[in-house]
Amino acid sequence: MDTEKRTQHLAERLGYIRDVFGGKHNENIALLESKLQEFNLRLSEGSISDENAALTTLEDLFDFVERKLEAELTPMDKVRIVRHPQRICLRDILENVYDNFTEIGGKDEHSIDPSMLIARAYITRRSGKKTINQPVLVIGQEKGHGEEFRNGGSVKPWGNAKALQYMKVAETEGIPIHTYVFTPGSYPVEDYPGAAQQIARNLYEMAGLRVPVIAVFSEGGSGGAEAIGLADRRLMLSHGYYSVISPEGGAAIEGRLRQGQRAAPELIEKCAQQLRITAEDNLRMGYIDHVVTEPPLGARPYHYDFFRGLRQEIIRATDEVILGVKGFAPFRAMVLRRRRGKAETMDLDNMYVRWSLSASAKDRLVGRRHRKFNRLARNAARDRRPVLRKLSNMGWDAWWDIYSYFKYDLLRKHQQKIAYLVEEVEAEAQVLMEKVAAPWRKITCALPGGSCQSSEETERELTTLSDWDEEGQRNGNWSYVSPRAKEDRAITCPNAATHGCLDLWAPDLFGEFAGVCTYCGHHFPMEYQWYLHNVFDEGSIFEFNAEIEAGNPLGFEGFDVKLEQAKKQTGLKSGCVTFEARIDNVKLVVAMLVAPFRGGSVGAAEALPLPGLRARHRRHPHPGRHQRRHPDAPLHHGRAPLHRGRGPVPGAVRHQFVRRAAGQLPRLLALPVLHPFGQHRLRRAGRHQGDHGRGHPAGLPPGLSRPVARAHPRHLGPPRRARQPEAGPSDHGRPQPLLPVARATARNR
Amino acid sequence: MFDITQLLDEIKASPYEEIVVTAPHTGVVTFADVREGARVIGPSGTWKEKKGTLLATIERERNQKPIHAVEKGEVKEVLRHLEGTFVEAGTPLVRLRHFLSRDEVLAIILKKALHLFVAPERAKYYFAPDVDKKVKASGPRSVSLHEGMDLFIMSRMKREAGLAYSGPSGVIYAVYFQHNENVDAGQPLIGVCPPDQLSLIEDVVARVQTEWEERE
Repeated sequence: MDTEKRTQHLAERLGYIRDVFGGKHNENIALLESKLQEFNLRLSEGSISDENAALTTLEDLFDFVERKLEAELTPMDKVRIVRHPQRICLRDILENVYDNFTEIGGKDEHSIDPSMLIARAYITRRSGKKTINQPVLVIGQEKGHGEEFRNGGSVKPWGNAKALQYMKVAETEGIPIHTYVFTPGSYPVEDYPGAAQQIARNLYEMAGLRVPVIAVFSEGGSGGAEAIGLADRRLMLSHGYYSVISPEGGAAIEGRLRQGQRAAPELIEKCAQQLRITAEDNLRMGYIDHVVTEPPLGARPYHYDFFRGLRQEIIRATDEVILGVKGFAPFRAMVLRRRRGKAETMDLDNMYVRWSLSASAKDRLVGRRHRKFNRLARNAARDRRPVLRKLSNMGWDAWWDIYSYFKYDLLRKHQQKIAYLVEEVEAEAQVLMEKVAAPWRKITCALPGGSCQSSEETERELTTLSDWDEEGQRNGNWSYVSPRAKEDRAITCPNAATHGCLDLWAPDLFGEFAGVCTYCGHHFPMEYQWYLHNVFDEGSIFEFNAEIEAGNPLGFEGFDVKLEQAKKQTGLKSGCVTFEARIDNVKLVVAMLVAPFRGGSVGAAEALPLPGLRARHRRHPHPGRHQRRHPDAPLHHGRAPLHRGRGPVPGAVRHQFVRRAAGQLPRLLALPVLHPFGQHRLRRAGRHQGDHGRGHPAGLPPGLSRPVARAHPRHLGPPRRARQPEAGPSDHGRPQPLLPVARATARNR
Repeated sequence: MFDITQLLDEIKASPYEEIVVTAPHTGVVTFADVREGARVIGPSGTWKEKKGTLLATIERERNQKPIHAVEKGEVKEVLRHLEGTFVEAGTPLVRLRHFLSRDEVLAIILKKALHLFVAPERAKYYFAPDVDKKVKASGPRSVSLHEGMDLFIMSRMKREAGLAYSGPSGVIYAVYFQHNENVDAGQPLIGVCPPDQLSLIEDVVARVQTEWEERE
């Protein structure tokens, strides 16, 4: 390397140090600067006898200062390191860690989202004299050393969708996925498919990916990191950060800043400290599995030793995951174990592990991944149940597992055959009975008042138009009435300007009308208790998981106090209430996020019960699930319509819940989550009802105009006769969910 | 023909319009902290989602409703003697002086300069299909009108009737109605400019664009 290049390189290193420390350690920086200037001066004068030796001395000084400053890095300095344009980016890794790579899904500006880079790469290994190319799919955010069009690694929703698409490609090909997280957060646009929704979709799919996934975190900011970060093994670069929110974002919340305001640097620094964002913190809390050591002050593209180490770490992580689920490979596993923590000395290129898995190994892989992430959540929330209670609960769960296995798995296989057999026998018996009883019936019909004449009621039901079912209405008799209904005041609907709604009297609005504007149908937010008591069947709610308590896993200053306040105010232990309940005798497992508890925001304690719900649902199968043949078949596909030509569709709101509940239970981890401020859902319910053309003027309470009737809480009546299971030709006395009724009647009209 | 210079001078002499903010309904009035001579702003934001300056609140049945400025301008008068009293709907509360913007001045002048074709009754108006096609393809100015031409479809209570144009021949220079919205009787629908006056009108527009100084 010639002298000019080397001095240029040193100048870049100096600039990097200056940027990283942002005004701190000025004396060190000044020292380096003066030394470099002096050298340049002497160089231009030509007064250096041995340029090479002088430069080497200077470089040693730089190394020394970098090592010295390394010890004094604060979390915020690390944030500045990962955001620096000189920081390694994914392209450097692809070039230096992998043996060959091809970018797929569009290159640079031609990609749908240049901040998401996807490549098919190879790692070449040797097994004896054989050379083997192992393909992997590399997915990661590309910051491109500050290239403008990459948006600094902020991926737009469609970029995440693309990542997901190629993850599925990798799954089809059966090759491992290596993901590299270099993002400050996802790009804040909610255009389709939506930032949050797409990340959720990615999480859902990644949880079930049947190939090993290895993630390496450099900059892992909030949701953007999660879009590709759910992995079997999570490595982290020692100078990276991985955090629920960027320090700036945290400071904005802490400082209660409004849009456009900027947080003070001290506050940001403090938040960076408090959020526990560094690799050591993450390792200590178990969010990552291993830290990859970087050179002092972070890896830059010229640190080739670092890339070599990273390559070994990546290979080792993949091997470990594969061997962990593969079965018998004692010697190779031993090698991996022995070399733990010594990236410099490892040479895994000469050891071969085939990166493909059998079907059962894939099952084990996915199972492990689920357990791994469940464990993460469990550690973050507090479970204060006494040990005995925990044990007894576990015992009960085990018992229910066995019971359900016999009842629903073993028996169900033969259920169909038995049912068909019974049907056949019944039909035969019916024909026989007809023949035998025919002469007797002839006699009885001839007599006046014979039993074969249909009753007047049946006749009316069949020949006249149906009436509005009055008994289903509550007429303001709610099980729970909002305390706001006790205030004597008027309320203005937020849509008043556009829809011309008149003011509503609070007792009417919150008492009678269930918080629905009678003019425009706007749903005012109601208390979560209102939903608990008025949507579900009375007395059917059985809460569980109430012991799970929101904690402060990061030890964020002052958060404990806020949590205690919230717990005291609401009497709840976390923002998520989970319970079993019934709506019109359809059993549900419900999770409800409660707004008064810190705004209903979801933390570990709120999310923890959700996977449990699914397990619970599996143990106590509910009609919605157990009527279905295939887990992905459309719900109630091809069922005979019951309820033909009867009155209006019963309770649209409840339907909506039942539909969601019954339809999505088996597929999703998150069950119908009722947000207590779930206007959106209720409004949709109203529309759903409207779709069926249910204007039924005859049913309006006297003195109420039409919109009132629409918003009137008649949807929420107690179970009615019409909803009881009627034995149709195809049902065998099982409790029927409401949906087929609704759909069937809608179809018939 | 009108005198553009005189008209402009007239507008320049009193370059504002007065907006009277009235009580939307009965209630007890509490004025916000606005003084005479203070600047207020109207609704802003991409969708006018940010409200204007708060002028007063009116409370009825313990329901406080804010009253915001509808246009930007200067507070000319606050009727302070109404503070804390119960007022009827329509009672003036605040007078604002809104300085005309360039576009508003232009609209005023154009309404004087163009031949206005007014709505005969309150209804929704649509262009006749062939005219509509032309308007959509190459703008309203591509449509040349003549007496007795089928120009509009008048839709009222979902009953539709054709409406023929009457007036001087010319091109449609301005369209004053919105699709799907009712237009009151006597309100202008379109402004028509005879072909020989087109250059004159364009002159006027250019003059206003250059001469009018917008005031905050």
